Amino acid sequence: MRVAVCVKQIPDPATPYEFDSNNHLIVRPEDQVLDDTDRYGVELGLQLSQASEGTTTLVSMSPSGSMQGIRQALSMGADKAVIVDDENLRGADAASTALILAKVIEREGFDLVVAGTESTDGYTGVVPQQIAELLGIPALTFARHVEIVNGSVRIDRQTSSGYDIVEASLPALITVTAGAVEPRYPTFKGIMEAKKKPVEVLDCAALDVEPIIGQQIVSINPVAAREAGRIIEDDSSGYLEIIKLLEKIKVI
Amino acid sequence: MTTWIFSEEINDAPTASALEATSAARSWDNTINVLHVGKGSKESFAQLGDHGAHRIYHLDPRDSLPSSPAAAALENLVGSESSDLILFGSGNTDRDVAGRLSIKLGAPVLANATAVSINDRIEVKNSILGGVLEVTTVPSGVGPTIVIARPKAFTAETGADITPQILTVDLPDTGHAGSATVISRHIETVKGPDLEAADIVVSGGRGLGDADKFDLINRLASLLNGAVGATRAVVDAGWVPYSYQVGQTGKTVKPSLYIAVGISGAMQHLVGMKDSSTIIAINKDPDAPIFSVSDLGIVGDLHQVIPALAEALEDRI
Repeated sequence: MRVAVCVKQIPDPATPYEFDSNNHLIVRPEDQVLDDTDRYGVELGLQLSQASEGTTTLVSMSPSGSMQGIRQALSMGADKAVIVDDENLRGADAASTALILAKVIEREGFDLVVAGTESTDGYTGVVPQQIAELLGIPALTFARHVEIVNGSVRIDRQTSSGYDIVEASLPALITVTAGAVEPRYPTFKGIMEAKKKPVEVLDCAALDVEPIIGQQIVSINPVAAREAGRIIEDDSSGYLEIIKLLEKIKVI
Repeated sequence: MTTWIFSEEINDAPTASALEATSAARSWDNTINVLHVGKGSKESFAQLGDHGAHRIYHLDPRDSLPSSPAAAALENLVGSESSDLILFGSGNTDRDVAGRLSIKLGAPVLANATAVSINDRIEVKNSILGGVLEVTTVPSGVGPTIVIARPKAFTAETGADITPQILTVDLPDTGHAGSATVISRHIETVKGPDLEAADIVVSGGRGLGDADKFDLINRLASLLNGAVGATRAVVDAGWVPYSYQVGQTGKTVKPSLYIAVGISGAMQHLVGMKDSSTIIAINKDPDAPIFSVSDLGIVGDLHQVIPALAEALEDRI
């Protein structure tokens, strides 16, 4: 099975994000990490392609920088990566991202597209569905369990009150929630091999697409911070402070 | 401009986000249209009417996954030439339909809206980085605009007293894209009050140490008659089901009291609970970001503090 996995490099969420005051965009450092939510998609893609002696191709749209995040995913075991990096894509919206990724996926050939449910930095949460619409395939979303049954993909789809079992024939797209699989840690061998794996970097012209700018940010303002209250060191009477506050707000 | 609201029927009721959006739209639109997807119970239609819906287009997807047919139905109803506003909630099906519809209509998606204002243009506010910054976004072109609202972005208000007109929409055939089938549906019952509606929420994080210790959270929540929540780390570790998750990819709660136990307060968690009226946090790390939003922070060992608190509460009951 040919599996295409959508991944994103993002600034390390453990560091404070900076914004460019001219265009309101996140300043992207040279070293970006693999979005943690994508590790589940990579793992699932690897499991499915390895079970069928297929291939796993990473597709991504972001400033490529040092490729740290992409190498991270390759070191888990993916075969190759195609990344679209173009100055004109700065500030492109979800539909542009989907258009670009769909073009790459179509060009590479696929049976199954795998993506996370949303990125940690932008979290629009509609790019996978947009890709499915562009490719004319079903989108089986929010999967917490995935299996291939007789050439069809079957998932447990997370719902607000439980889950539905949903099935469709391939080609199809799935989005996976954290917990669908346990992502593997790269081995030393995997890290060494990742350095030699093919990484293709393309621009918009190579794909013959134009980004769409469907929306614009007019302002970014700091929100009045919630005032931090009283912080106390517990000297084994801390619970009494909680009781006092519960009484004050009439919970007890 | 016409306002369209997406609604999905769950347990004979419309989604909470649909009732909230319908209520809000009353302030800027005289005729509110709803696409309601599901069985189509009388109770659902009545509730939508009571919140302000004038026309309800009802689509029964039967065993189809609703995303593709619902997007096709909305495409036909709205049209790419209109300047309509289409409002979705943040639910899974909402996001599926919104994504597909945006491609069909060539319309932008303004996501995670915490407020929408309609003057001479549509303006959407959302908060980023755990609510530290507020961003205002506008659509840049002409044509319809899709907005995905965060839970509780608007307040649901009854009393519109409208008997809505019900129009049946035929299930569109969208070919392979619409071929996903729902084979079976499973309800997982959660003990105690509903997390999103609860007045008191007690949540546990990785600081608890291991899965067994989550009982501390259950016990405290039950003593306070509150709902139980959890961080993504705890859900990912498999200690509790996803339905407990509070935060960016989980539920958004605004209870009058939120108790965060062993939670460091990552941005992704804060965005789901920081609007609670009173926040109490217990964590051993004095630098944990959760303390920056807490009314009362106890720096200490939760394995001491929570049992002592639970005992004291038990003595009072």
